[in-house]
Amino acid sequence: MTDAPDQTKRPVAAEQKQPSAFAMWLGIADNSFTRQKTVKFGDATAVNSGRLYSIITVVLLLFAWWFTTSQGWVKPIYWPSFEAVGARWTKLMDQGFRNVPLFEHVGISVYRVMAGVFFGALVGIPLGFAMGLSSIAKGLFDPIVEFMRPIPPLALIPLFILWLGIDETAKISLLFLAALFIMIIAARSGVSGVKISKVHAAYSLGASKFQVLKNVILPNALPEIFTGIRTAMGVCWGTVVAAELVAAEKGVGSMIMIAKNFLQTDTVVIGIIIIGIIGYGIEMIMRLLERWLIPWRGKG
Amino acid sequence: MDGADHNGLLVDDVSMVFTLPGGGSVHALKNVTLNLASGELMSVLGPSGCGKTTLLNIIAGFLAPTEGAVFLNHHQVKGPAAERGMVFQQGALFEWLNVRKNISFGPRMMGKPRKETNEKVEHLLNIVGLGDFGDKPVYQLSGGMQQRVALARCLANDPDVILMDEPLGALDALTREKMQGLVLKLWKETGKTIVLITHSVEEALFLGERLIVMAPRPGRIHREYHLPFAEQGLTISPREIKASPEFVEKREEILSMIWEMEEEIMGGAAK
Repeated sequence: MTDAPDQTKRPVAAEQKQPSAFAMWLGIADNSFTRQKTVKFGDATAVNSGRLYSIITVVLLLFAWWFTTSQGWVKPIYWPSFEAVGARWTKLMDQGFRNVPLFEHVGISVYRVMAGVFFGALVGIPLGFAMGLSSIAKGLFDPIVEFMRPIPPLALIPLFILWLGIDETAKISLLFLAALFIMIIAARSGVSGVKISKVHAAYSLGASKFQVLKNVILPNALPEIFTGIRTAMGVCWGTVVAAELVAAEKGVGSMIMIAKNFLQTDTVVIGIIIIGIIGYGIEMIMRLLERWLIPWRGKG
Repeated sequence: MDGADHNGLLVDDVSMVFTLPGGGSVHALKNVTLNLASGELMSVLGPSGCGKTTLLNIIAGFLAPTEGAVFLNHHQVKGPAAERGMVFQQGALFEWLNVRKNISFGPRMMGKPRKETNEKVEHLLNIVGLGDFGDKPVYQLSGGMQQRVALARCLANDPDVILMDEPLGALDALTREKMQGLVLKLWKETGKTIVLITHSVEEALFLGERLIVMAPRPGRIHREYHLPFAEQGLTISPREIKASPEFVEKREEILSMIWEMEEEIMGGAAK
């Protein structure tokens, strides 16, 4: 019994000072898992959220905005004041922009993106599948896909205006093309990524070629296809705003361009904030959908 | 030998030559002849590069031999079919389907009646000890449980022959022993013809009623054994069998045989 360690000198977990849940939420204290780690530098999972500092950043930015504009350090034409943006927001919600309700401007931009991605996926997924499965399709379309892949869709805007004018068809066609190549490439890589043992297993279980396509290759490619749709949404959202900047009657892009011509900087700022929020929203919704629809992603 | 007269699995004088893209060729198999009666369990052992996986892929119908042919119950094998089920090492389950749907895949593809399929799946779930896991996604299961699903999926189609390509190779030693017991049990209960490829001498000895040791360059059958251990495994505990003098003696004999082959390969490479 003389060898028994001295209980009083051994710290027990309960005696250690526990940081509060609030401190952990703020990201300034390690959680109970990370706390036990001795190697933290270089371990990405040991990096806390640092939420406190995020809050400080946002508060400082807002304060700088408010302070510089209220002191008259920045002219309203370059950057509007808090109050001006607030007032303009109420007015936009109330009367719309150029007699078009604000939600219609936003709605038409979102609609164009959805239509472009929809048709891009509708054509691109079968094409990508064909390219992954048949050497004829691969040979036929490979030069086009490889040529179009590095061209930013924005560079095609002048051509589309020449060919199709500035109406809805022109914009949706442009977005269709932007989405098309992303979807072809995603679907193709989804098809070629299928593990041969899964295909072999399916044939050995008596599946026909069509059944292998439908029950093995397609579900196996879904994660890649979904990533393609997500990327296409992001690219198309950027493209639609740019296309509307060039020529459009309605849409968030056209709204900020026209507002700029009238030196309505507050409307421009509101437009930019809306673009950011919608873009972020699309990404978040796609991630949620992905988790819900493709829970097996990365588990093969 | 005329394959059309043979009941069971016949590998008739099969040779396989792979032509390399840069010129030259590899003789993966040379004049391999095997004759399996219905219900036999044969394990195949050999150093890497001896062509055992090529042999299995030819029997499965994924590869066409350069010479010779494979026959099953009077007809020639021309491609994969449900009569020859495969169990792969791992990663061949369909991760977008749950356990039940994985097992019922074959019958569903073949358009079997749903009620009959469902009963079969429930039965198989119980046989492989996954009674409570039918609705789980397969990626939530451990490696050993996933291989149980793979075995059940293969059995659901009621194939004449089951081809196993290192089915237990990725499992830890303890799970592996348990699974060997399951393979033995399934073999006895279903009476299937099984060809099992393995890297483990112990596994090949324990499970194989017949055991062939293959040699590399060119891949060929080096020796064949007829063993009593699989039969004993149904009544005596596996640990007891594996510790018995006969088992140990055979294990050492085969191990040194494979050692020598490996040495030869290494020696050849050094020169």
